[in-house]
Amino acid sequence: MIKQLTARFGGPMTLVVLLLLWFWLIVLVLLPQLIMIDYSFKPNLIPSQLGGPEDVYTLGNYQTLVGNDIHRTIFFKTIWSSILVTLLTLMVSYPVAYFLAQLATAKQVMLIALLLVIPYWINEILRTFSWYLILSFQGPLNALLLGMGFIDRPIRFLSGDGGVLIGMVYAYILFMVFPLYNAIESLDNNQVRAARNLGAGLIRIHWRIVIPHAKPGIATGCIMVFMLAAGSYAVPALLGSPGSRWFTQIIYNWFFEGGNWNMGAAYAFVLLILCIGFIAAIMKVFRIGLGDIGK
Amino acid sequence: MTSQRLMYWSIRFYLVVFFIYLFTPLVIMSVATFNDSRFPTIWPWRETTWRWFGELANDGAMWEALLNSFIVGLGVLALAVPIGVSAGLFLSTYEGKAKNFYYSLMLSPLLTPGVIIGISTLIFWRNLGVSGGIGLTVIAQTTFIAAYVMLMVLARLQRFDRTLERAAYSLGATHTQVVRRVLLPYLKPAIISAAVIAFLQSFENYNTTLFVRGFDTTLTVYIATKVRTGLTPAVNALGLIMILVTVILAVAYEVLRRREQKKKDALD
Repeated sequence: MIKQLTARFGGPMTLVVLLLLWFWLIVLVLLPQLIMIDYSFKPNLIPSQLGGPEDVYTLGNYQTLVGNDIHRTIFFKTIWSSILVTLLTLMVSYPVAYFLAQLATAKQVMLIALLLVIPYWINEILRTFSWYLILSFQGPLNALLLGMGFIDRPIRFLSGDGGVLIGMVYAYILFMVFPLYNAIESLDNNQVRAARNLGAGLIRIHWRIVIPHAKPGIATGCIMVFMLAAGSYAVPALLGSPGSRWFTQIIYNWFFEGGNWNMGAAYAFVLLILCIGFIAAIMKVFRIGLGDIGK
Repeated sequence: MTSQRLMYWSIRFYLVVFFIYLFTPLVIMSVATFNDSRFPTIWPWRETTWRWFGELANDGAMWEALLNSFIVGLGVLALAVPIGVSAGLFLSTYEGKAKNFYYSLMLSPLLTPGVIIGISTLIFWRNLGVSGGIGLTVIAQTTFIAAYVMLMVLARLQRFDRTLERAAYSLGATHTQVVRRVLLPYLKPAIISAAVIAFLQSFENYNTTLFVRGFDTTLTVYIATKVRTGLTPAVNALGLIMILVTVILAVAYEVLRRREQKKKDALD
């Protein structure tokens, strides 16, 4: 390794490259995660108790999560809702990505890409805030539905999970469209034409040709969206209500309201395991490797 | 042929609906800025006013948060760009068994929820006696933003012709000269794009920042707090300004990119 690097960059430059690299990977990426995991297996003690007889490894923090009905329910709700967000985002994004990759002219691609990117340069908080305005009790959506006679009285969109789902799909579309686009773009259009000439219908063409080809893109998009949804704090905090809390909000409360960092670390680690589990499951289902992600 | 026609029109119809869905929230948020109503809304319309811009400009906390966001963004830039470039150079040079391991490890911060990066950074640095604040926010954000820089640099390096380096060496160039005169000029566009992306990522970050900010407030944290406590159309005014800046930047970026492309096409 060092030989290869010094041959290309010389000694001093290699030193700089390796120092920066190791600082990142060891001090910023690995050690904090390990310390967090270590923390999660220890009880919450006051400083004078540290190193004392109670300072031992325990599963207590995890037992709290398993034993607490409300937290457990919210944990599973977060999983299902995140899966739902992922599927909805995939369905909404697929036609756009397909159009961009296979049907659009070069000029249309430029224009649409620009239009797609603009809402995403504006941050997640503002995107979510704009939905908060639309969905609010006296907001324009209720006014519109009332005015058109679809409903008799305004709906409280923001008191269930519905608002959170809408906000999340909106917030994460781009993370699905671009991986899908990248994957579908490399599909040779002649394959689609050949299938059509042989009599395949629209659904069959997509199911048998486009989707199998787009597998790495679908996997990458699903992984990104699931991770963003399960780990989102902003969207549920703005569009949710006390009755529709998200797992991240419980973690936050352990840190800044409960003052129990060890418990918070345990909950955070469970969330991390969940995301790793999802990634592993997706990679198995789609039969792809980690190297295919991020391309 | 009729089914193809149907397909043609239905996908266009879908695109129109899709972009309405994408832009309606932003339009409503912007328009509500000009409504003279305590709660930001477009219905009922009371009176058209500019006063929320004035209220925003007089909000000291907003200016402080904006300044903090700039400081954090520049800090992340200064840290994440060198790290990301080093990581890219490393991956494009090193060939061996551990390469996949290194790549996975570098990619892992992008696959980790932002809240967890914030939490682990907070716990780790408290053990070293560092508590939350601007400094820790820079550290935490760099953890995953460096990975974006790495990907962008790596993508460009994969198209790099190594014979250029060899030519320079055989003409007697030193390592430093090759890096400064061959490699870095080639990487310049990727580094500039990566720097822009890094700054934007930092500027808009919320989930990670929330845990490591200590008592300091960045602009996104300020907006989120405002939405939940003390929401007025001044927040919309801020949103509208950010949208305008974004559109101008996006268009300028696009124009510059096309000009570069034209130059390149002319050379080819």
